[in-house]
Amino acid sequence: MSTENYYVPEQSRLPIFAAVSLFLLVMGASSTINNLGVEGSKSSYILYAGFASLIATLFFWFRKVVQEHLAGLDSAQLKKSYVYGMAWFIFSEVMFFAAFFGALFYVRSFAVPWLGGIGEKGSQIAAVDLWNGFEASWPLIATPDQNAAFAMADKSMAWPGWSNVLQWLPLWNTIVLLSSSVTVHIAHLGLKNGNRKKFNRWLGATVGLALIFVGLQAAEYYEAYAHYGLTLNSGIYGSTFFMLTGFHGFHVMMGGVMLSVMLCRSVFFNHFEDHDHFGFEAASWYWHFVDVVWVMLFLFVYIL
Amino acid sequence: MLQILKRSINKLIITTSAFFVAIFSNNLNADWFALNMTRGSTAVSEEVFELHMLIFWICVVIGVIVFGVMFYSMWRFTKKKNPEPSDFHESTKLEIAWTVVPFLILIFMAIPASQTLIKIYDDEEGDINIHVTGYQWKWQYEYLEDDISFFSNLSTDLDEIYNLVPKGEFYLQEVDEPVVIPAGKRVRFLITANDVIHSWWVPDFAIKQDAIPGFVNTAWTVVDKPGIYRGKCTELCGKNHGFMPVVVKVVEQDEYDSWVNAKKEEAYKLAELTEKDWTAEELSARGEGVYQVNCVACHQVNGQGIPGIFPALAGSDIVMNDKERNIEILMEGVQGAAMNSFDYLSEVELAAVITYTRQAWGNAENGDGEIVLPKDIVDYKKPKI
Amino acid sequence: MSAVIENHHDEHHHGPAKGLTRWLYTTNHKDIGTLYLWFSFAMFLIGGAMAMVIRAELFEPGMQIVEPEFYNQMITLHGLIMIFGGVMPAFVGLANWLVPMMIGAPDMALPRMNNLSFWILPFAFFVLLSSLFMEGGAPNFGWTFYAPLSTTYAPPSVTFFIFSVHIMGASSIMGAINVIVTIMNMRAPGITLMKMPLFVWSWLITAYLLIAVMPVLAGAVTMMLMDIHFGTSFFNAAGGGDPVLFQHIFWFFGHPEVYIMILPAFGIVSHIIETFARKPLFGYTSMVWAMLSIAILSFVVWAHHMFTVGMPLAAELFFMWATMLIAVPTGVKVFNWVTTMFKGSITYETPMLFACAFVVLFTIGGFSGLMLAIVPADFQYHDTYFVVAHFHYVLVPGAIFSIMAAVYYWIPKWTGNMYDERLGQLHFWLSFISVNVTFFPQHFIGLAGMPRRYPDYALQFADWNMVSTVGAFLFGVSQILFLFIVLKTVIGGKKATDQVWEGARGLEWTVASPAPYHTFSTPPKVD
Ligand code: HEA
Ligand code: HEA
Ligand code: HEC
Ligand code: CUA
Ligand SMILES: [Cu+2]
Repeated sequence: MSTENYYVPEQSRLPIFAAVSLFLLVMGASSTINNLGVEGSKSSYILYAGFASLIATLFFWFRKVVQEHLAGLDSAQLKKSYVYGMAWFIFSEVMFFAAFFGALFYVRSFAVPWLGGIGEKGSQIAAVDLWNGFEASWPLIATPDQNAAFAMADKSMAWPGWSNVLQWLPLWNTIVLLSSSVTVHIAHLGLKNGNRKKFNRWLGATVGLALIFVGLQAAEYYEAYAHYGLTLNSGIYGSTFFMLTGFHGFHVMMGGVMLSVMLCRSVFFNHFEDHDHFGFEAASWYWHFVDVVWVMLFLFVYIL
Repeated sequence: MLQILKRSINKLIITTSAFFVAIFSNNLNADWFALNMTRGSTAVSEEVFELHMLIFWICVVIGVIVFGVMFYSMWRFTKKKNPEPSDFHESTKLEIAWTVVPFLILIFMAIPASQTLIKIYDDEEGDINIHVTGYQWKWQYEYLEDDISFFSNLSTDLDEIYNLVPKGEFYLQEVDEPVVIPAGKRVRFLITANDVIHSWWVPDFAIKQDAIPGFVNTAWTVVDKPGIYRGKCTELCGKNHGFMPVVVKVVEQDEYDSWVNAKKEEAYKLAELTEKDWTAEELSARGEGVYQVNCVACHQVNGQGIPGIFPALAGSDIVMNDKERNIEILMEGVQGAAMNSFDYLSEVELAAVITYTRQAWGNAENGDGEIVLPKDIVDYKKPKI
Repeated sequence: MSAVIENHHDEHHHGPAKGLTRWLYTTNHKDIGTLYLWFSFAMFLIGGAMAMVIRAELFEPGMQIVEPEFYNQMITLHGLIMIFGGVMPAFVGLANWLVPMMIGAPDMALPRMNNLSFWILPFAFFVLLSSLFMEGGAPNFGWTFYAPLSTTYAPPSVTFFIFSVHIMGASSIMGAINVIVTIMNMRAPGITLMKMPLFVWSWLITAYLLIAVMPVLAGAVTMMLMDIHFGTSFFNAAGGGDPVLFQHIFWFFGHPEVYIMILPAFGIVSHIIETFARKPLFGYTSMVWAMLSIAILSFVVWAHHMFTVGMPLAAELFFMWATMLIAVPTGVKVFNWVTTMFKGSITYETPMLFACAFVVLFTIGGFSGLMLAIVPADFQYHDTYFVVAHFHYVLVPGAIFSIMAAVYYWIPKWTGNMYDERLGQLHFWLSFISVNVTFFPQHFIGLAGMPRRYPDYALQFADWNMVSTVGAFLFGVSQILFLFIVLKTVIGGKKATDQVWEGARGLEWTVASPAPYHTFSTPPKVD
């Protein structure tokens, strides 16, 4: 480990641009959301401006990093910084999902049973008739407050039994996403062996699978809203279901964009060497992470 | 914001003068010697007090030792007195000792703490079970066995709060109707809330239990000594969090019985009022009181509300012209807003307060001026087809 | 583009750029550290001014200065600004200045991201503060923003609050990643983990805590956003959720957060005590293990903030025992400090005074923390001024004193000038006395039964509240003196030597004072 010639970039305007973009994004998002349903509100323009400038800044930022790399300014040690950085960034994402999984476990094992009159705290609820007639079950279809403005779901997304398993979208989603983890790995092997064709092909396949996954997920949401009556507004089951799968879907898209960028870099610019391709590696780690999250989702949201 | 600023500046002037008055005249009946936790007046609260003192003294002893060594070193080993520092920097023995000893002390503290806690958690049914519900910003008490139900509001005058008249002895600790329990009986409180989280605290009973909307928590007590016990809401619940005290009146059993009977009679009389033929004036007069208790907190005395948070009722289209919607809002609340359902008020109170808002602040002149009768509320409550 | 890249090698050893762009575009850890420190100081003044509003209102019973509604906005912003704007950025600023110098690195590992982490903050706090001027007022639900007061019952500005917390979190996470990567990857040869200065260790652990809990906070505010605007029912029992779920998630973040605010302080104080005792720190290894244990334990004690929400008995017992356990590693640290002073050769320059006050007053705060951990007793203490006294003891003469000590200790290295020792001593004594006058009586007020977050109170609490307010204003005024001392030092003063303090050890004291713009472009030799 030597700090000889560690590359310290010169002054840069990228960060302050990014900060301003974030500021616009945040102001825009807040006022847009607060003005939802207000006729003629223009707040969303700020949101779009922030979003566009953030994307642009990120584009130039990463372009700069790639250029520096190509110019040979970075060292093995800098690469290691990127490796650590990416790893801990993914860890922070894990913790973000942990919050939502935690919420899911908590409502399933504590809150909902208590509301239904089960358990140490539940018996007292029964004593004062707060939620008369509510029975705890999971997936939670009928909400404790039967009169409230909840759009009641007709049925859940859960395991449909063996006879219907082939029409069960989550299963297909799982197959698609798991295979994409395999294809991205094969692409990686190709790259390591200096086989660019193989790399491009399998990476392309991965991006394709990512698209299919997003498509299927969209179809599933459509089903949920149109035929199951399951919405964000249908109580805690809908809340946890859509937030977990939604954030996961969002991460799939981000991962998909990362992989596509890598694909373009390889196809159009011949970037990446067999021994030197951290950009791709980072994206593929992210992809595996997204995959693992899905497996957890499949287990805890759909099956159990 | 601006309004607040203006008011603030005015008050700043008043305060600075009050500052000097207060400093030189010790006229507040305050207590320099209220330094410690109350012993309270139940077996549990005594035990909690003892536990508190035990831990306090343990900490004091540890503190004396640690700070003793530290102050000694600071005094003895200055550069002047000890120009040559020694350079020892490790001692496994010492370090093990000061890991193990505190650990043992902690176990010594954990045992009584756990025992007391287990005792507090033993909650079987009480002789009397009272359902306590927190509202912004008042408490409701319902006696599960006796079909009694009432609200308990702060009764301190606004003028006292705004320093216009001298403050009474029980400033901010008095209510219009205390919850009454018999001495020597096991009373169990089933605590919940209707809007946000509140917390029901009576220091003398060592009960502090959060009131969580949608869930019920319990607490119990046996108080032997009759008397008046004062507590507070201890969970931030919005604007008037500081103004929703708890007052518990403990009385002998026979006094309790006659109180129960009187309460029941009162309820009966109220039911009769529903049948009565009311005039607009009668209703308005009664409604003003209801408004003071239930609505001013948000919509303000002058019906102007607070811009941006609480809409004005004066000049509100609903209040002036839409009787049906007006009743509906009071009965159902407004989803997703601080405006909750008030369907727990009696028919008379509801009719009165609606009528009052429809008559006051020029609403009658500018609107349809229709009044709402208790009968209308009864009709509203009938199942709709 | 490429031209810029090519000539970077020659520019590398130049000084800072001129003018405003130096601060906007900088990638230099010292510049960024300075930005962080000034920013946090500004926030400390703003948050402190809000504390003055609070204390002025509480000077005597009755509503005097503000309305209850505005009072709630003040406590909320005071708590948020002091924690997220005052203490945390100050520690990040110190990390920026010191970590690279202490481990012999040329800069932070990811300098551009470092700049971004900082510049997010002014915008985030601009968003937060601008909510004061919005319809419905600023957030008014306490810094702990319990649902449903912060969801269904919140003013519209809560949306801005939520997003502002989001970007603050992003800033913290990026900052923490940067610290970790720097420490793991940039140490000069020979600096093994167990030879790292304790401040570096404390920050390594703090950074892990940050990465683990800031995303959880982001999750919590996201759920709020969805509950408020998109119909979910995470915190709404009517839909099968639970308001208490919010508290679990919040405190899973919140408790580690309080250690985020004290671990770097432990590091700082360790350095200062060993320097002025002129004696190696006692028990380096156990110091490291103690911080690790505190960090790990901090993940399993969160519900001690929720003893009164009606958790099942088993949970109450578990969280009580786990919380009490933290006293053991913390005790080890206190004993180590005291033993370091024992048989030392001590002088009392300002940093040392602050460090000694830290040890005593933090320990007092720790004792009251331990009392709070005792569940049956906490039923009486919870949400009273006893809690307020506890956390101000660990935060003000704890975290804040450590930051001030650090500034006095390292400012000669940063500016090349000595601060005015006489004024420094004056500042210390004023602060030390007034902080106790302010917060010690709050123990009494709390035990006597005054709940926190009350704009007005019953008459029996009047006297001690008055004392507390007088102390608070004295403390506030003393901090203006601090501002003056710092400015005076920045402008000029006696020149500092390279080593500055007779007993100082560590790499940062081997470079010139003021430290050159770029230190260690080649790694120093360390044995
Ligand atoms: C820097 C911040 C900081 C630190 C370091 C601590 C340290 C501790 N805190 Fe504190 N705490 C806060 C910040 C902090 N806290 C804040 C901000 C709140 C309020 C949040 C809110 O509600 O707004 C709070 C609230 C709080 C509560 C909730 C109270 C309530 O709301 O009812 C509890 C309860 O257990 C608690 C406990 C502890 C304990 C046991 C420690 C321990 O780490 C202390 C350990 C130290 C010692 C014990 C002293 C030294 C040890 C020895 C000399 C060894 C020998 C000693 C013995 C064997 C006794 N804290
Ligand atoms: C690091 C964190 C930190 C710091 C440093 C402080 C510093 C101070 N705090 Fe704060 N405080 C909190 C964190 C902190 N606090 C938190 C988390 C809460 C809980 C919030 C909640 O309930 O949600 C709280 C709550 C809180 C309360 C309880 C409010 C209530 O429950 O109703 C009080 C009351 O006395 C208080 C007082 C003070 C005072 C007097 C200072 C002083 O030390 C401040 C001194 C600094 C200055 C004064 C600034 C410098 C001077 C100037 C800008 C010039 C102007 C000065 C004058 C005119 C004198 N704080
Ligand atoms: C906790 C605060 C609060 C209290 C107490 C309260 N209100 Fe309201 N009220 C609101 C809020 C907030 C709204 C706005 C709801 C919305 O439309 O979003 C509202 C709306 C209304 C409206 C509809 C006004 C309009 O023009 O849209 C009426 C009528 C009303 N309240 C009457 C009352 C009466 C009568 C009482 C007392 C019995 C009362 N309110 C008590 C907060 C409160
Ligand atoms: Cu009700 Cu605080
Ligand atoms: Cu804690």
